[in-house]
Amino acid sequence: MATTTSAFHRKIEVVSPTRQRVMGVLFILLGLALVFFFTPGLTQDQTTTFGLSLATSQVQLPPWQVHTLSTLYGLAVVSAILGGIQLARGFGRYTNWMLGLVVGLFIFGFLVWAAAGKSLNLVGMLNTTLSRSVPITLGALSGILCERSGVVNIAIEGMMLTGAMVSALVGSLTQNAWIGLLAAIIAGALLALVHAVLSIKYKTNQIVSGTVINIFATGVTSYISAKFLQVNQALNNPPTFGGTPIPLLSEIPILGPVLFSNSIFVYVMFILLVILHIALFQTRWGLRLRAVGEHPKAADTLGIDVFKTRYMAVVLGGMVAGFAGGYFTLGSAGRFDEVMTAGRGFIGLAAMIFGNWNPFGAFGAGVLFGFADALASRLAILGIAIPSQFLLMAPYIATMIVLAGVIGRARPPAADGVPYEKE
Amino acid sequence: MPDFGKLVLNELNHTPSPQPEKRKRGIPQSVLIPLLAVLTGLIFGAIFIILTSQEVYTGFGQSLGAGFAAMWDVVARSYNALFTGALGDPVRMINALQSGNALEIRRAFNPFLESLVTSTPYIFAGLAVALGFRAGVFNIGAEGQLFIGAITATYIGYKLVGLPMIIHLPLALLAGALGGALWGFIPGWLKAKTGGHEVINTIMMNYIAFRLSEWLLTGPMKRPGSYNPVSPEIQPSAWLPRFFDDPIRFHLGFFLALGLAYVVYWFLFKTTWGFELRTVGSNPYGAKYAGMDVTKNTILAMTLSGALAGLAGANEVLGVNHFLAMAFSSGYGFDSIALALLGNNHPVGVVLASLLFGTLRNGATRMQLSADIPIDIISVLQAVILAFIAAPAIIRSLYRLRKPAEGEGLITIKGWGG
Repeated sequence: MATTTSAFHRKIEVVSPTRQRVMGVLFILLGLALVFFFTPGLTQDQTTTFGLSLATSQVQLPPWQVHTLSTLYGLAVVSAILGGIQLARGFGRYTNWMLGLVVGLFIFGFLVWAAAGKSLNLVGMLNTTLSRSVPITLGALSGILCERSGVVNIAIEGMMLTGAMVSALVGSLTQNAWIGLLAAIIAGALLALVHAVLSIKYKTNQIVSGTVINIFATGVTSYISAKFLQVNQALNNPPTFGGTPIPLLSEIPILGPVLFSNSIFVYVMFILLVILHIALFQTRWGLRLRAVGEHPKAADTLGIDVFKTRYMAVVLGGMVAGFAGGYFTLGSAGRFDEVMTAGRGFIGLAAMIFGNWNPFGAFGAGVLFGFADALASRLAILGIAIPSQFLLMAPYIATMIVLAGVIGRARPPAADGVPYEKE
Repeated sequence: MPDFGKLVLNELNHTPSPQPEKRKRGIPQSVLIPLLAVLTGLIFGAIFIILTSQEVYTGFGQSLGAGFAAMWDVVARSYNALFTGALGDPVRMINALQSGNALEIRRAFNPFLESLVTSTPYIFAGLAVALGFRAGVFNIGAEGQLFIGAITATYIGYKLVGLPMIIHLPLALLAGALGGALWGFIPGWLKAKTGGHEVINTIMMNYIAFRLSEWLLTGPMKRPGSYNPVSPEIQPSAWLPRFFDDPIRFHLGFFLALGLAYVVYWFLFKTTWGFELRTVGSNPYGAKYAGMDVTKNTILAMTLSGALAGLAGANEVLGVNHFLAMAFSSGYGFDSIALALLGNNHPVGVVLASLLFGTLRNGATRMQLSADIPIDIISVLQAVILAFIAAPAIIRSLYRLRKPAEGEGLITIKGWGG
């Protein structure tokens, strides 16, 4: 409470000495962890093999073989050196990039250890990671749209769940995945409209309003599922969007199979990411939206319609969340199951905070959390003795740490969650 | 994060003046609005049932009259099942009493007592959220605290063997309260010390608790020899005693919950600690200037709130299930937000609201069986009721009520930054 952070302080904070030191120590600790947790039990003659092509790729690259122990030591040394530089003089505004790099090195080290003496298809793993990050990133984008305009949205989960149910139902009825997807977007928009009316017009507490929508969505989707979808399988059998490799691009070695051999959801996620980033930070529209979220009174004085801007942002956010819901049924499972979103909407919320309310930051967090998700489902195959539940917990714990300001300070829009009263 | 000074100004502008509420004639709106919200919720539920019933559409396909008849029929059948399932069938009760058959009497009166059983976790969890609201913290993590409380209570319940009940049961309940308290303390501490918003942190803690339970139930706490992720059976010495023979599950937990409601009332309104907690909740700025420790009170409120939610979990495993499984809670922790608000964050209100929700949920089980209406209709009802409670202006305009002179002062939780 007392740690008030204005925009002015934030500029300084990026290079604040405390944070510089914490980061440096963290880099070194990650390096040490690579040595202490992963090297025991490994022998000199072990190697790790990474597959670099999908089975479907035309160009098959030979697998990449690394010496397990020396790779781990190498990664540890690089982390430690980066930590040393960070402690000594700091990376200034590149600190966050360095953090990303070191975390990336650590994860790579983890994989090298996990697949020691075995083979792991790295490209397939990254492809799955990207696919799993779709609902998380889209959820985060939905949250960013709402919260940048000053409306807290914890109902992303409910909107996603509803989108998933509606797309399964409508997709099955029409036997057209596109119409199903459209219905999901509309359903998300309608729920968002309820949230907007409650929190903007009636000035309801926005967390209560979000809770209303979450409870409502769980109830309605489970109700429809129990009454119709489970009874009549024809109503729960939508056509799905399979993988849609992009011609030519998907044949690029490594990048092709990872980025361009996915479902349309991944492509739309990238397009939305870029559009939202440009719209928020390069256009008048975005400036106004952010102004409404930071200082609605000032925005109002300058003639921006605060209420209209917020309505629009929340409904757009709902459409994104509804679209993300479509991913679960049309892009992944091919059917609707009760509460199938399983907290992805809340992880999306976490990714939004983690990414500091920036689209690309949220995408980074989404990929990280998607990786935890993808890895959790492969632990058993790799024969690692870490319970998958702990990996699935990681995003939540990481978010709490970020929120506590240990690594960086999360800074929400100033007027986030505060209803606007016109005078 | 909003500027602290500005936040305080907002607070002062919006906080209702501390004058005593003027006595008005008729039912006060603080009672009338919840009642109307429940009524409107039931009407909304009826519309929802009508819209999703095949019979209605077939009826309208034949003729207008048949359509309306089908509408009436489906709603009457559903709500009849709801109320007899919740409170018991009066005809059957009278017949059972006349026959004098003990088992038949128990069966006839079971629905009513079962409603009390369903209400019990609601009372605990509702008190938890209400206490948080009173202290200005939004504990959206009751569900996670409830899970942790259930885990710790279950562990003490099956691990300790050979204790007399008089020691074992209190110990298991205490374990549940402590487990929940820990899960509430962490976000409370984080809020007080770092400003991390408790809403986000408790949401995160919820999911950490779910994953933790999954891991425990598939690993360390799994029942030996079982294929399902369930814990071993709790020792009978840790069971909350039941008052009647089967099938009646009515147990001591209900009276514990009522007793605790009184304790919470006494604590909040009759003790200095409770006064400080409420002051910090309604006006942290003023509380600080009066020399109250806002940090301490925030942590205290979240810890106590967690303990109450933990007891809700302990109550379920020790009183009803006698073991832990993932599906032991039907979202009591989330529903309790609605309960606290419906009960105006007052222990008496919470108990009444819990009785209502418990009754509805229990009746819905019967409705599912005999009227083919999925039990999830209750969540829809709860969401709608909560929406009307949170936005009383809707109810006022629906029923042409006058706007009260003073502000609402419903909850004073601001955005993320704290």
